Amino acid sequence: MNGPLLYLPLIPLVPFVGFLLNGSLGRRLPKTLVSGIALIAPLISFLIVVRDWVLISTPKEMRAWNGPGPIPKLYPLPLTESLPWTWITAGSLHIDFTFVLDQLSLVMLLVITGVGFLIHIYSVGYMHSDEGYWRYFAYLNLFLFFMTTLVLAGNALLMFVGWEGVGLASYLLIGFWFQKKSAADAGKKAFIVNRIGDFGFLIGLFLLLANFGTLSFSELAQKIASNPAMTGGVLTAIALCLFVGATGKSAQLPLYVWLPDAMEGPTPVSALIHAATMVTAGVYMVARTHFIFDRSPLALSVVAIIGAVTALFAATIGLVQTDIKRVLAYSTVSQLGYMFLGCGVAAYSAAIFHLMTHAFFKALLFLAAGSVIHAMGGEQDMRKMGGLRTKTPITFWTMTMAVLAISGFPLMSAFFSKDAILAAAFASGSLGKLLWFVGLVTAGLTAFYMFRLWYLTFFGETRSHDAHPHESPWSMLGPLVILAILSVGGGWIGAGRFGSLLSPVLGTKTEEMSGSLEVVMMFLAVAAGFVGWFIAHRMYHQRSATAQLAAPAPAGYNLLQNKYYVDEFYGLIIVKPLSYLSKYFFEWVVEYAILGGLAWLLAGIAALSGAILQRWQSGNIRSYAAWLALGAAVLLYFVLAPHVFGAPSLPFGMAGH
Amino acid sequence: MHLASQEVPLVWYLLLSAVLFCLGIVGFLIKRNLITVFMSIELMLNAVNLSFVTFAHQWHEVKGQIFVFFVMVVAAAEAAVGLAIIIAVFRARATLAVDRIDLMKL
Repeated sequence: MNGPLLYLPLIPLVPFVGFLLNGSLGRRLPKTLVSGIALIAPLISFLIVVRDWVLISTPKEMRAWNGPGPIPKLYPLPLTESLPWTWITAGSLHIDFTFVLDQLSLVMLLVITGVGFLIHIYSVGYMHSDEGYWRYFAYLNLFLFFMTTLVLAGNALLMFVGWEGVGLASYLLIGFWFQKKSAADAGKKAFIVNRIGDFGFLIGLFLLLANFGTLSFSELAQKIASNPAMTGGVLTAIALCLFVGATGKSAQLPLYVWLPDAMEGPTPVSALIHAATMVTAGVYMVARTHFIFDRSPLALSVVAIIGAVTALFAATIGLVQTDIKRVLAYSTVSQLGYMFLGCGVAAYSAAIFHLMTHAFFKALLFLAAGSVIHAMGGEQDMRKMGGLRTKTPITFWTMTMAVLAISGFPLMSAFFSKDAILAAAFASGSLGKLLWFVGLVTAGLTAFYMFRLWYLTFFGETRSHDAHPHESPWSMLGPLVILAILSVGGGWIGAGRFGSLLSPVLGTKTEEMSGSLEVVMMFLAVAAGFVGWFIAHRMYHQRSATAQLAAPAPAGYNLLQNKYYVDEFYGLIIVKPLSYLSKYFFEWVVEYAILGGLAWLLAGIAALSGAILQRWQSGNIRSYAAWLALGAAVLLYFVLAPHVFGAPSLPFGMAGH
Repeated sequence: MHLASQEVPLVWYLLLSAVLFCLGIVGFLIKRNLITVFMSIELMLNAVNLSFVTFAHQWHEVKGQIFVFFVMVVAAAEAAVGLAIIIAVFRARATLAVDRIDLMKL
């Protein structure tokens, strides 16, 4: 409360109002009004974020921030604002609706509301003829509500609410076209797989509560900081539990399987939720709770290894996918792996930097892919595309920028962020050097599959005869252009100063690399990208064939084509046994034995006691009278007996007086 | 107690009350005519009334006498309703033998 009025609670609440309006009335409102409500909500949120950003940076130092000068002196962040009532009070535990603005949440908010707003605009064009138009925008606003809550949350429980909420919005939007069975299934899959991760997150919260008695991030950080001897042990357990949650939400091994299937949702949803924002929530959560991870070398190693392995694993699958959105989905999994690699070597600011640039170029890639799909009349198979360069020039050029950016071309955004992660990995011990190599190989693979997509889509001849490609409307192209500018220039925002900007929140990395080593590594990373491009160029441009990878190693190609059979493996060891268990065990044991048996037993008892008690109901008044007299006599006996016989005890304490 | 000793002793009243009550119970149980059963109930009520009055007199306590009025009011109401029911039963079934009025049997 020591700063300016920031209106932090409004940032989530305005999209929520948009959701309520569109969700309850949208069916009856005209389309323009629905789009108006849906667009204004994220715009207001974005403007509040920008206003806060300006407020907390003094003008003079804002100027300094534009140049390569010193870091702007911000207000003493974090600044906190709460809703005026308590949420939970239980014993010594008090949990409020606290919203915290610090450098980390500011960066996240700018990305979420900014990119979110652009994608809302794009959606107006993309979804214009869908009959669920109002429903779509209601869900999208709901997502923004939960996502901004997640980011602004000042305690882990409020974050968990946002965390679950974005999962809900993701489920609703993946299954948006629920009439299609594959979409409905994909939604369920995403929801269930996320639930496994959320279970880990929840256990982590319980452990935090049991060990520290609070869930507020600032108090937790204080308690851990004031106890420097505390390492490993329970902190490792907490960190690993939280990381299980992160692997679910951020699609890391072994819980990544839902993300490729999530491409069943509308393409702008893939861009917003399954590329730019929601899937990065795991990275954000690890960065937010970094003070726990910092105390547990084991947990950090696990994070780094899972991240690097996922990056490589997903990139290899991405090499051979033929569905344009699936390539991008595996690319997202792979890039998220990079971010976790960054987190795992304690380079949280590099991870958040990559998160930001990735949000720009991956949102752009998805939106451009959506534009391509739009141009091809719904076709997603790259083998049927080709030659779109001249027919959709703006899509082509913006997509080119994104492809160059993700491949790490010099001075493009991922060049800076990916390089920062790889450098941090290289600098952190012998394990880090191995992981750095994995990351380098992945960088080459990334360039290969992105240029493969690029060549297959935009070059050569159109391989489909019934498609009539046409450029998309400007409501779709506008966001593409803005995102292309951000993808190209986004790196410059953070290059060199992102780490010190976030250092008040995330701590400073002490290791400094020598300049020459850094140049060598930069060169290697760029070289890996060029090698990937060169191979893709040879295979897909010069020979203009579609399945070039299949020829030299059909077995390996099949393995990749089938995504390492992970889905089949999970189906075999988890889904099938569970469904058999449900079908037979529960049908027979629970349904017949327990429920059926219980019902029969109860019915039998009732019938038997009825048959016995029936005897009393003779209908003869004199027998009733006899029972009445007998009852009165018994009562009289019990009342009088202690006085007459001095009996010590009688039932029901009647003789007490 | 010296005052009570000059009058009829308390026990006698209570014994009379008990005898009347037992007569009422016996009549209630063994008589077959509905009206006699009904009169037996009235007899029991009056036996109770007698013991109320006795104790009220013994302890110089007016509550017992008030209670008697209440019981008499209830008994009067019961007589009105009960006799009406008996008439209705007789009209419907042309008998007052309780053993034959057993429609409530399952």
